[in-house]
Amino acid sequence: MSGINDFAFKMATVNGTGSASANSLLMQAIFRMGIPVTGKNIFPSNIQGLPTWYEIRVSKDGYTARPPEIDLVVALNPSTYAKDVATVRPGGYLLYDSSWPLDPTLVRPGITILGVPFGQMCIQTFERDRDRTLLRNIAYVGALAALLKIDMQVVEVMLNEKYGKKKALLKANHTAIRLGYDYATAHLECPLPFHLEHLDKTSNAILIDGNTACALGAVYAGATVGAWYPITPSTSLMESFKGFCERYRVDAESGLNKYCILQAEDELSAAGITIGAGWMGARAFTNTSGPGISLMQEFIGLAYYTEIPAVFFDVQRCGPATGMPTRTQQADLMSLAYASHGDTKHIVLFPANPAECFEMAVTAFDLAERFQTPVFVASDLDIGMNDWMVPRLQWDDSYRPDRGKVLDSAALEKVKKFSRYSDVDGDGIAARTLPGSGAKGAYFVRGSGHDKHAAYTEDSDAYLEVVNRLVLKFETAALTVPKPDMRLQDGSETGVVTIGSCDAAVREAVDRLREQGVHVDFMRIKSFPFGPEVRDFLARHANTFVIEQNRDAQLRALLAIETGIPRDLMIPVLDYSGMPLTCTALVAAVTKYLAEVPA
Amino acid sequence: MTSITKPPVRHPGLPRNALGLTKRDYEGAMSTLCAGCGHDSVTAALIQSFWELDLPPDRAAKMSGIGCSSKTTAYFMKESHGFNSVHGRMPSVTSGANAANRDLTYIGISGDGDSLSIGLGQLCHAIRRNVNMLYMLENNGVYGLTKGQFSASADIGSMSKKGEANEQAPIDPVLLALTLGASFVARSFSGDKTQLVPIIKAGLSHRGFALIDVISPCVSFNDHDGSTKSYAYMREHEMEAVDADFVPLRREIILPEDHAAVTVVQLHDGSTVRLRSTSPDYNPTDREKAYKHVRSCQKRGEVATGLLFIDEAGRDLHDMNRTVKTPLAELPFETLCPGKGAMDALMERYR
Ligand SMILES: Cc1ncc(C[n+]2csc(CCOP(=O)(O)OP(=O)(O)O)c2C)c(N)n1
Ligand code: SF4
Ligand SMILES: [Mg+2]
Repeated sequence: MSGINDFAFKMATVNGTGSASANSLLMQAIFRMGIPVTGKNIFPSNIQGLPTWYEIRVSKDGYTARPPEIDLVVALNPSTYAKDVATVRPGGYLLYDSSWPLDPTLVRPGITILGVPFGQMCIQTFERDRDRTLLRNIAYVGALAALLKIDMQVVEVMLNEKYGKKKALLKANHTAIRLGYDYATAHLECPLPFHLEHLDKTSNAILIDGNTACALGAVYAGATVGAWYPITPSTSLMESFKGFCERYRVDAESGLNKYCILQAEDELSAAGITIGAGWMGARAFTNTSGPGISLMQEFIGLAYYTEIPAVFFDVQRCGPATGMPTRTQQADLMSLAYASHGDTKHIVLFPANPAECFEMAVTAFDLAERFQTPVFVASDLDIGMNDWMVPRLQWDDSYRPDRGKVLDSAALEKVKKFSRYSDVDGDGIAARTLPGSGAKGAYFVRGSGHDKHAAYTEDSDAYLEVVNRLVLKFETAALTVPKPDMRLQDGSETGVVTIGSCDAAVREAVDRLREQGVHVDFMRIKSFPFGPEVRDFLARHANTFVIEQNRDAQLRALLAIETGIPRDLMIPVLDYSGMPLTCTALVAAVTKYLAEVPA
Repeated sequence: MTSITKPPVRHPGLPRNALGLTKRDYEGAMSTLCAGCGHDSVTAALIQSFWELDLPPDRAAKMSGIGCSSKTTAYFMKESHGFNSVHGRMPSVTSGANAANRDLTYIGISGDGDSLSIGLGQLCHAIRRNVNMLYMLENNGVYGLTKGQFSASADIGSMSKKGEANEQAPIDPVLLALTLGASFVARSFSGDKTQLVPIIKAGLSHRGFALIDVISPCVSFNDHDGSTKSYAYMREHEMEAVDADFVPLRREIILPEDHAAVTVVQLHDGSTVRLRSTSPDYNPTDREKAYKHVRSCQKRGEVATGLLFIDEAGRDLHDMNRTVKTPLAELPFETLCPGKGAMDALMERYR
């Protein structure tokens, strides 16, 4: 790293001061220059006054994982100076606000320190306190534009788009950006050795976060009922759904809504609403995070046993308990796969990025109805709340929802007797009816023991017939859910298995290892239950590394339980610090392991 | 929940309603509750009400939680879909079902444990959401199904069968509903069919959340001296506030003898409910007075029954969410999916 269109920089600021919009302005400007870019917002669980960081990685080769190294740190938060200066790579740069004398904590041999008096310039130029604070962020965008050669024309266009109608604001922003740009050009050696040059690698891409993409998937899949209880980092999913619905789902004639969003009193209720609506035949979903999943357990079991479709988006965050709500993790794998008491197993989809969030959201609704069961989309904070560069989302108008086996009034006419839980086709899936479709299809949904006719039972055989059919249904699901993403290299004996948002970092690690002459096969799990190809991959490799973001190697445990491959044959590589993964952990683990194993 | 299928028996002589159905057509599986359980009387009153209202069974959905009371959804309208959910969570399931299909009639059955302890939050929020449903709270002051523990509606001083006195203050669902802004609040007694049937019919016709607190004695665990939810206690202490004399438009209107004391309330479906106050100044459309009335009865050791409060102008879940008139579950996919053109245009906003 570190070269033209290949570097990373980081802004260290205080939250609630307006730096967030300046940071996304920077990222978007780079994107519009045609250069692949990713941003990771590392923010506190608080509204104002705590440290926040924004890392931007520029990669001409299109790597989107969190950068392994930081070339330039913009240190604007004195409370984190010590930590921030330590993250500059040797030979890198640090930019600080020279309105005040250089703080001794910022001095570090081997790095270059650059000063721009952002605060002072803003105080001299702007009158209101609010402007002085907010526009200081725009001033650092200006300085970075000079240092990194961000195209000022692109920036100007973006400011015009954003503030076009608010003339005074537009003018102030232009002034602020010039303050930083002109000062840096006059006083610093611009550009830095690593900087930007126009490319044409983003014209088919977009910048989008996973929660927005999930919400858009729900809209396109035809979901009409959304129930939720606010929780970081899933909140913006329902907010986006609402935004899209206001745009696409208001009946032109009556002005009335073709959707219903209910903010419930808690997650139990949100789950109940989702299940009630699914039973009625609407496509319904709820979005939450770990604590909410814990609360929903009883209802999840009910939907599983009574066979009601429901879609749950779990945007995972750091547990246990309240944990670190604004940090990322993949620690709900076990609690999703076997959620609720009794024997239960569920379909879980694991998107790796926002593009897959969109696709899998649609798939989730299809699978939920096809298999008449809860389906989970296990996203995480990194995917859900950060802007990722992904290919433009596509829609095929020939798509029709898979509503599964539903007998309507006409179909009911033809059957002799409707029996809700009878497996007529031998695939474990029984046909259902929707309330309101006639007396013949009426049945009683009950979470208590029931026979195949949905009648109450305490008879062992009648009970077993139903729960054993659910096993068959799950086996059918294993053949239907999205297959793992595999990249194989000839004759490799080493395999790496990963999941979800680790994808980008692990693929980068595979490339790095190849550069070092180590060839590894790659498999990313996209869903649970696992299809036969997952077991095959594990069985084929002498060494398998399983890299995931939780402490207890939950993916490895699931693989062992479900495939029968002994757990200890798989080497765990775990990063559960709460930060998005970089490629270094896996590279180091594989290199170290292979060095220790006698050849 | 246990249920026994009843053998089909034809009764050619039975009266038929406007749909050509007899009362038998509104029955369900055979009850497995204890003989004499108040809940069975409530079921009978429900059947009578549905029949009299000409309610098509296949256009109704029966919702319940867990408990002896919640079991009773299996004992009526076998031709309706039913949902016996989890303990205390029937209100949320009904909220979702109603959000998805506004055209069905929702009948929720719950108990005092189901509604006032484990499900108190769900009850409160369904009231606030003003889900269009009938909510029958079959109140016996105990957990029947788990064999007689005090529920949150047990009065101070009431004795359990084992001889322990309850010391915690009770939750009165009627006062609770009045405070939370419920648009239909009534109370009756399982043994008083004459009063209960018109109230149920009014509740079914009301658009919005209709709470009926039915004192429904548990003969096995709470029908002894010292219990304030026993048959004997209720007969002595019941204090009727308002008679609800429900008159659907299709039927002949029978005026009560006492014209002066009658308040006529127009229900949302066009039918009217006639309320006869026992005291001339009682106004069932005045929330404050309803609250005072219930409290003052309580102070005198009486249970205010009757239709205690009604407001037909309330906005229900669908009004508040401005949803289309067609049930959401019936909207064709083509009218829900924005399509490729919209997607391609939208993508420009993420650049
Ligand atoms: C989560 C959960 N906890 C406890 C129970 C056990 N339980 C079943 S019914 C019941 C009480 C029911 O009381 P109530 O609602 O008053 O109904 P009743 O039987 O008195 O009609 C309890 C505690 C349960 N089914 N689920
Ligand atoms: S235990 Fe009580 S509430 Fe339950 S069925 Fe028997 S009498 Fe009714
Ligand atoms: Mg009870």
